[in-house]
Amino acid sequence: MRDLYEAQRAMRQMRRQAMARGVMAVLDIGTSKVTCIILQFDGPGQFRETDGVGPMAGQSSFRVIGQFTTQSRGVRYGEIETMADVERCVRHAVQGAQKQAGVRVDHVIATISGARPASYGLAGEIPLRSGKVTEEDVAAVLAACDAPDFGKNREVLHAQPVNFAVDSRSGLSDPRDIVGNTLSVDMHVLTIDGFAASNLVHCIRRCDLELAGVGSAAYAAGRAALVEDEQELGAACIDMGGGVTGVSLFLKKHMLFADAVRMGGDLVTRDISQGLRVPLPVAEWLKTRHGGLEATGRDDREMIDVTGEPGEDWDGERRFVSRADLIGIMRPRVEEILDGVREILEAAGFDQMPSRQVVLTGGASQIPGLDTLAMRILGYNVRIGRPLRIQGLAQQHTASCHAATVGLALHAANPQDEWWDFEMPAERAGVVGLRRAYRWFRNNW
Amino acid sequence: MSGLKDFTRSFQAAVQPAPVRRVGARPAPARAPRREPGPSRLAYRLNRLWLTPLYRRLLRVGLPAFLVCLIGGLWLADDTRRANLTGAMTSMVDRIQSQEAFMVHSMEIEGASPAVEKGLRAMLPVTLPASSFDIDLPELRASVERLDAIEKMELRIKPGGVLSAVVTERKPAILWRHARGLDLLDSQGHRVASITSRDMRADLPMIAGEGAGDRAAEALALIDLAGPILPRLRGLERMGERRWDVVLDRGQRIMLPTDRPLAALQAVLAMDREDGLLGRDVVAVDMRDPSRPVLQMGLAAQNTLRRAAGLPELDAEGNLIDPEAGAKGGEKTAAASRG
Repeated sequence: MRDLYEAQRAMRQMRRQAMARGVMAVLDIGTSKVTCIILQFDGPGQFRETDGVGPMAGQSSFRVIGQFTTQSRGVRYGEIETMADVERCVRHAVQGAQKQAGVRVDHVIATISGARPASYGLAGEIPLRSGKVTEEDVAAVLAACDAPDFGKNREVLHAQPVNFAVDSRSGLSDPRDIVGNTLSVDMHVLTIDGFAASNLVHCIRRCDLELAGVGSAAYAAGRAALVEDEQELGAACIDMGGGVTGVSLFLKKHMLFADAVRMGGDLVTRDISQGLRVPLPVAEWLKTRHGGLEATGRDDREMIDVTGEPGEDWDGERRFVSRADLIGIMRPRVEEILDGVREILEAAGFDQMPSRQVVLTGGASQIPGLDTLAMRILGYNVRIGRPLRIQGLAQQHTASCHAATVGLALHAANPQDEWWDFEMPAERAGVVGLRRAYRWFRNNW
Repeated sequence: MSGLKDFTRSFQAAVQPAPVRRVGARPAPARAPRREPGPSRLAYRLNRLWLTPLYRRLLRVGLPAFLVCLIGGLWLADDTRRANLTGAMTSMVDRIQSQEAFMVHSMEIEGASPAVEKGLRAMLPVTLPASSFDIDLPELRASVERLDAIEKMELRIKPGGVLSAVVTERKPAILWRHARGLDLLDSQGHRVASITSRDMRADLPMIAGEGAGDRAAEALALIDLAGPILPRLRGLERMGERRWDVVLDRGQRIMLPTDRPLAALQAVLAMDREDGLLGRDVVAVDMRDPSRPVLQMGLAAQNTLRRAAGLPELDAEGNLIDPEAGAKGGEKTAAASRG
């Protein structure tokens, strides 16, 4: 736990340096695309009072000055599989964004979508010696959470205090200075596979970039695609990416649960390729151009030319498939994905939440007819979510497939409290005496 | 054999030529393998280096400047090249400056008396013809205006290569006799020239004494004021570098105060107009205290008064004359005072 704490604190420090420098990159390494956007932090004072721009959701403090998306290679199920290919894609994306921005970026915040996430709810409780909650007590109660055995080689990606309670008063978001006898906390810990995480770190190091933070793609997508009320009252964000479908549950503006289905839009493309015997690029084109989930009678008559390129695999005949055939291939796979999502939601206890809103986002959510199908399978209110607007983002990047990127930009601008944002209690620190002496000096001189 | 031959022919006939395949069905020509779109690691690093402001400035400004300096320095390192370069430069400058359009051939001087003109021609240090680039007009003018006789000179180069000097000479207004000789001064008190005798400029009034030259303007004002007694005026004398004495003929003096001498002189002139003061036997009118004029009477007047009072008369040295010595001495004294 201790080295994790230090590593996360180091990343936080890096993020602070990047903010001071004013330029930071957000890198989304997905299964089907790699997106890099470069944020410029102008700080407060960019807008005047009369401009009518409030602080909003924190997105008024930065703007996007460079953006680039390239096709991803070497990533499967949201995890890095071929390091050299991924590295090349990252270099391509970063260089393109740098070219547009005209500045060099050194600090990057990355998303990780797959890597078998696992959520844990931890609870901790301490007695309050001074009769009211101090900053040290918050740190102590976070440290007092009894961590279960996460399993072999797991890394903690997020550890966010979700709920504080003093005596019997629960539901506090900021318990400082509240009078009571005991302080208890509920903490949500998200762990991922350690090898996948270190692969990501290694890949970014090889591109001469400093990692200033890692965020879960499901969490980031939720921050970007859920509106404030949904985050407050409870909602599930389903980020349907290329290789992985991430699920995150939000309540009271905190993520309570996250998981992922290891299926995504690429699987649909592969089904089309196998079912219609067309190459993968043609299958992708069919999916995005003609795909759908609800077949009507008209779709039987709508014939799509899938004749191959001369020279590659053309045997001299023209081939047509009806749109109904295409839908017949796509629908079962999407249903399977949504079944997986439903199982996750059931396991997470989504039924008990006060508001049961499901927001679909991510690249695969752009299939026409997905919302009705999802409503039928999941049984909740479903809407298609698009990411929040941030200043300077190009129109092509406002599609729902970039929700995780935008959410990570918001996360970079004002991150939620995590366990490592609090000072570790003095008993746990290695050099207790030195730290105490230093604090005594700082307080008294 | 013939059967065999027939068989061969029929076999040859059975062989069909290869069918002409459609273009699209032929195996495609080998395409170049698809290039990876991403940059190589070297290109990526160079690109990032190029985006670093320090390197960017170094390469865009520093390197060209360094190259220019290096090439220039190496080229100039050779002595003969440097000499050639400077020689070429100076010859080019000379060629341009000595063009006919810039040459000055003659000099004309206006407004100067012959003596001054001769001195000027000797003084201008330019040997004509010369290029107008070589003639420094402001310095020339300053050196000429250092001459006492010249008040102002306008110097310019006219079209046609003529150096024109319009000279304004100083006009002598007053003569100043001092310990070192006799000077002509203009109305501002500036020296114009020295002369050897008063007779050369008998038309000018005369002042004398140390420090008189600096107050020549005041002296001229006094002389202007002394209109009625001008025929009798011999000159003004500066006393103790402080005040003026008006010297008239017959040894009369009007001693003026340090402050406001004009008003004092006016008062004396008024007294003269009323009473004919200066026509009487008065040696000096002392106006040093303007509120209390003091008259110094001549010897004849004193003796007349003394005779009327029955007192013994005075001789020229101011001693009492013995009454027994008689009228002879008295007559002598009177004759002296009349002269």
